[in-house]
Amino acid sequence: MKLFLTQTFRPGRRFVIGVPFVWLGVFFVVPFLILLRISITDMGNGIDPFAPLFDSSDGTWRWLFKFDNYAAIFRAAADGAGLVANGLGQTIYMDAYITSLKYAFFTTVFCLLIGYPFAYFIARARPSIRPALLMMVMLPFWTSFLLRVYAWKGILADQGVINNALMAVGLIDEPIVMLYTDVSMLVGMTYVYLPFMVLPLYATLVKMDFRLLEAAHDLGASPWKAFWLITVPLSKAGIISGAMLVFIPSVGEFVIPSLLGGAENIMIGRVVWDEMFSSNNWPRASALAVAMVCLILFPLALYYHYSAQTRAPSAD
Amino acid sequence: MNLSTESQAGFLCTDRLVKRFDAVAAVDDVSLAIRKGEIFALLGPSGCGKSTLLRMLAGFEAPSAGAVLLDGVNIASMPPYERPINMMFQSYALFPHLSVWDNIAFGLRREGLPKAEISERVEGMLRLVQLTAFAKRKPHQLSGGQQQRVALARSLAKRPQLLLLDEPLGALDKKLREQTQFELVNIIESVGVTCVMVTHDQEEAMTMASRIAVMRQGKVLQVGTPREIYEQPNCRFVADFIGNVNLFEGQLQQTSPGRSEISSPEGVLAVAHSVSGTSDPIGTAVSLAVRPEKIHIAKSRPDVSDNLFTGKVREIAYFGSYSTFIVDMPSGKSVKITEGNTARQDENPITWGDEVFFWWDSAAPVLLTQ
Repeated sequence: MKLFLTQTFRPGRRFVIGVPFVWLGVFFVVPFLILLRISITDMGNGIDPFAPLFDSSDGTWRWLFKFDNYAAIFRAAADGAGLVANGLGQTIYMDAYITSLKYAFFTTVFCLLIGYPFAYFIARARPSIRPALLMMVMLPFWTSFLLRVYAWKGILADQGVINNALMAVGLIDEPIVMLYTDVSMLVGMTYVYLPFMVLPLYATLVKMDFRLLEAAHDLGASPWKAFWLITVPLSKAGIISGAMLVFIPSVGEFVIPSLLGGAENIMIGRVVWDEMFSSNNWPRASALAVAMVCLILFPLALYYHYSAQTRAPSAD
Repeated sequence: MNLSTESQAGFLCTDRLVKRFDAVAAVDDVSLAIRKGEIFALLGPSGCGKSTLLRMLAGFEAPSAGAVLLDGVNIASMPPYERPINMMFQSYALFPHLSVWDNIAFGLRREGLPKAEISERVEGMLRLVQLTAFAKRKPHQLSGGQQQRVALARSLAKRPQLLLLDEPLGALDKKLREQTQFELVNIIESVGVTCVMVTHDQEEAMTMASRIAVMRQGKVLQVGTPREIYEQPNCRFVADFIGNVNLFEGQLQQTSPGRSEISSPEGVLAVAHSVSGTSDPIGTAVSLAVRPEKIHIAKSRPDVSDNLFTGKVREIAYFGSYSTFIVDMPSGKSVKITEGNTARQDENPITWGDEVFFWWDSAAPVLLTQ
């Protein structure tokens, strides 16, 4: 009884636990429920912004849920454009989702390939210079995100820094088109999300006992083998959290594709924006957003599954 | 290459090995010859270079100068993963993400042995260290002693030509340490591997090793069996570092083959051996080292003439099997004396403040000139 009392009614404890819950409730759950509600109706009749969810005018309750907006993701409109035999179509929404996943995937891979040596180097640096190196990773955050993405325009443009330099040296005769292509998209996204990969990787690598690598060498593992068999498995938690931190926001990225992406690189964030503000079709936009959240929940669930599994034997 | 004579004998030899970090020589001109099948200890205080020396044997540090010869082959520039040498780390360095079984199999897999042979050898190692029941556990699920045995099994699994032990018992508590050191020696001897261990614990070195090299500031001061190191230290540092010792400073008064005399503030000290080396040793400053257990103590005057002194008992520490007395001499010097508690009841025991006589046989002390 005493234990129960102390655990349940300690006000400070409840407050500390409560704050993040309230935060999540007000800024995530409630908006998400509003989105959900909008996504299963039509636009309203001018008085109400959206059609009602149920009708009780004749004394009985009737739900008026409409899933057309979700169906539209998979099936093209009645005009039949792009319709295939099984009813699933190459809708612009599907294209946008696939494009988003593709960019998010490659961004994650590039961030991992560039971020891993980065994090490894910082973790193995002398402890006295580590804070300075970490600061350098985070320094770009001091400047506006928009400015930094704009700067890439200047670097990658046809008359930009790279092309001008290459032409001046004489390596190329005419500019390589990089801006508004996959190149500029991936450069921009990898650049912006790199710190999100480096920091969790650093956090796991710095905890690793590097004597384990000596032990592996001692037992006959070459440096490369020791890296694969010891360092990589022991930094798995960092790789997973870094990948999630990059992948999840990359899927919904809106600013970088609009600044650096070409016409054919339409990502889902852009589509949602268009539906919301150009077509003024809020229910459609909401359905797309809800579907995107579901798309992201799946890797997130995988992540939590893994992190719960690997928690016990950590790197230290 | 011109090898010194010492390194021509022996299975593992270091020849004038030097390791400098910046300007400081951590290992300074060390030539050792380690025989096949022996357990050889590098003993010294922290920072004496013993660990650096061991790491050079393992291949983790490249020597600044000199050679490391294993069975006559210079392996100084060979990377650690190619050396037929395995090491048991002080922290054990067990791979936390691998089971006990996989930890032991790690080295064998790197050799690319067939699966059947790997599992046979891992099973054999698990039996040797009595951990068969724990094969599937992860290292963090084992006790300190069990982890140590896994580390030993892992380093022996590849059947190395040389086994290196870095402070093998350093991470264990005292009780477990005593039990483990015999176990460890038994396992190493049953395998028959040549072994070099590093320790700062003289007791560990004395009980485990067949020979000991005492190191200080990167140099080897003395190499010998535990008994030689203890009974015939060649300098003040070795005498003082190994066990307890009373050091008396004085000048050599006379020396002849059977007897030397030293004048000291405490009086004339007699030793039953001569001083060799220096041509005219008379008058040189020397030290006399007397182990506490070689000094007798009594309340009544004994019938001896040499090396008999008086003093007042300042401290008594009772250890059960023996007692230690700290006796203040009139000159101000304190002398440590241990006496076995052979009788269960003493009619008239020595107590604090007693005026006592103490003496030692002239064969007991060692005369040190360095």
